[in-house]
Amino acid sequence: MSESTAAGRWSDRMLGANGWLVYLFLYVPIFVLIVFSFNDNQRVAVWTEFSFRWYGEMLQNDAVLRALRNTLIVAAVATAASTVLGTMAALAMERYRFRGQRGADGLLYLPIIIPDVTMAVMMLLFFAQAINIASHVVRLNFGLGTISLAHIAFNIAYVAVVVRARLAQMEPQLEEAAADLYASRWQTFRRVTLPLIMPGVAGGALLALTLSLDDVVVTSFVSGPGSTTLPVYVFGLVRRGVTPLINAVSVVMLVASIVLVGVSLGLQRRSGKGSILIE
Amino acid sequence: MRYTRRWSALVMVLALAVAACNPADSGVDDTEPAPVDTTPGETTPGETTPGETTPGETTPTTACAVDQVDGDLNFANWSEYIDPELIAAFEGEYGVDVVESFYESNEAMLAQLQAGVVYDMIVPSDYMVGIMIQEGLLMELQKEAIPNLSNLADRFQSPPYDPELAYSAAYQYGTTGLGVNLDVVGAEPESSWALVFDPALASAYSGQISLLADPRETMGAALMYLGYSINDTDIAHLEEATALLQEARQHIATFDSDQYDEALVSGEMAISHGYSGNMIVGIGGADNPDQFAYLVPQEGATLWTDNMVVPTVSEHPCTAHTFINYLLDAENGAILTNWNYYGSPNAAAEEFIEPEVVEFYAGTLDSDQLQVIEDTGDYEINFNDYFAEARS
Repeated sequence: MSESTAAGRWSDRMLGANGWLVYLFLYVPIFVLIVFSFNDNQRVAVWTEFSFRWYGEMLQNDAVLRALRNTLIVAAVATAASTVLGTMAALAMERYRFRGQRGADGLLYLPIIIPDVTMAVMMLLFFAQAINIASHVVRLNFGLGTISLAHIAFNIAYVAVVVRARLAQMEPQLEEAAADLYASRWQTFRRVTLPLIMPGVAGGALLALTLSLDDVVVTSFVSGPGSTTLPVYVFGLVRRGVTPLINAVSVVMLVASIVLVGVSLGLQRRSGKGSILIE
Repeated sequence: MRYTRRWSALVMVLALAVAACNPADSGVDDTEPAPVDTTPGETTPGETTPGETTPGETTPTTACAVDQVDGDLNFANWSEYIDPELIAAFEGEYGVDVVESFYESNEAMLAQLQAGVVYDMIVPSDYMVGIMIQEGLLMELQKEAIPNLSNLADRFQSPPYDPELAYSAAYQYGTTGLGVNLDVVGAEPESSWALVFDPALASAYSGQISLLADPRETMGAALMYLGYSINDTDIAHLEEATALLQEARQHIATFDSDQYDEALVSGEMAISHGYSGNMIVGIGGADNPDQFAYLVPQEGATLWTDNMVVPTVSEHPCTAHTFINYLLDAENGAILTNWNYYGSPNAAAEEFIEPEVVEFYAGTLDSDQLQVIEDTGDYEINFNDYFAEARS
């Protein structure tokens, strides 16, 4: 008896250690990156002294700033659009029955399974054809528009998965009750469904944002003149060896993502307080 | 209020989707200066344009005069490869905008060109120039518009992938060789792959040697040490090279393509196999640069070249020609190298290049053993397989 509790305590401790190790494994590289972004040295892995040198260089580097701007525009547009469309798709799949649903269901998740490169080439060919056809009417070229559309396309699937998981947990009776009380479909959605699935929607949006912020493969295929995004730029830099400039850029991206996540968590908590029951 | 905001977001998305794509360009055609239609001699044959994939009407070949511009330049380049001031100066001098894009692989750029994405000038690597020529994706250069072509060093006047220099002009070059710590290997090391492949020599630096984790480079080095071409496709020779590498393996500390220059100057490695561009930066940044040297082995070393080319879909070919001519100018060529530290193919530029850089690359191009990695097609997979076997 006493032996088994000793073993239990031991395995508990191992589990705890394992948890810490996982966190270390995940966060030590990030910590190193942050530290070395303040390093006043051309070389990445040799510490000399503290300085903001690389942040200064980043702010003076027009190409980097333009790439950053492009990245943010694409991410904002792609996240907004794919969150709306993905949520709609999830609702359709989870709440309604229609012909060909199974097929549509499978097709919706295809972008998650398809390798990046395949996706990239497909998009490239598709846009090439579309632009070719449109050229009879209006002259289009690859650029931020094509990148945004491509990101929306693959993000919809991710948003739909996350939102659907949340929808599946939700009791359908709540919506039925709302209908019994003469709420219109829109009111039901607005007042009951949406608040309840909001964490899922927010989670999906964050996932979409992250995927959009760091996509290289698809973006590099469907980009056009003047539309280089930061991940593509950084990837190209690595060809010439890693410089601390990359560290500084990465830290800025990291801080921006953390702020975004923090804000969205905060918003969720606030909206959670004013829940439907109180209303 | 809320609803309207959501709708306006959607509308914005749609608007962006429609605007997809720089309609700003559409006005350019009208402003294009009337082509001087009497093209002297050869014109680019129309058949070479990939018909269906080219969006809209194909640009007719116009004869470009020296310094002529016909609109803003869509320039796709590698990241951090050109001094921004050089571009600003060009914009000021010729009154055009240069729209810069950046790409991260030759292959992605190839796919883009094949799909008809419009750029006016790009900078692909040597082997990719060959592929793009074969695919009919490149415009023949009008040499009358690029008098500065004569500034290119002899070696770059007829590269294997474009012997007539009909489609391309070299931008920058580099080699792959050995960075050595002179304190360890002695002041006058023999410039030879024997330093890493001859066990009698390599054993003295056991555990202080790093080779590139690149099948073509490292198997190629072994092939060249054995006296074969880097593009040799005889499987028996590749097996020989594999055996050589396996034998040398005991003295090799690591296969590394990213940090080898730092490992060298920090003293961790005595001999590092690597690219000249990184070596010059690494060694230049060392506390005592004189302690290190970069060797181009006498048995043979890789030479790579990035090249300026004009795609057939270019909408502003004259600006592209003018920009090529501008970059091939002696002083501008020097500005390029003084900024990115890669070797300058521009012989006339040498007097304007920083002395340390000139010294670093001195003699590199005289070696008649420099070899260009070529695409070996289906054989390529063998390099990967045998390299995996040798390094394990």
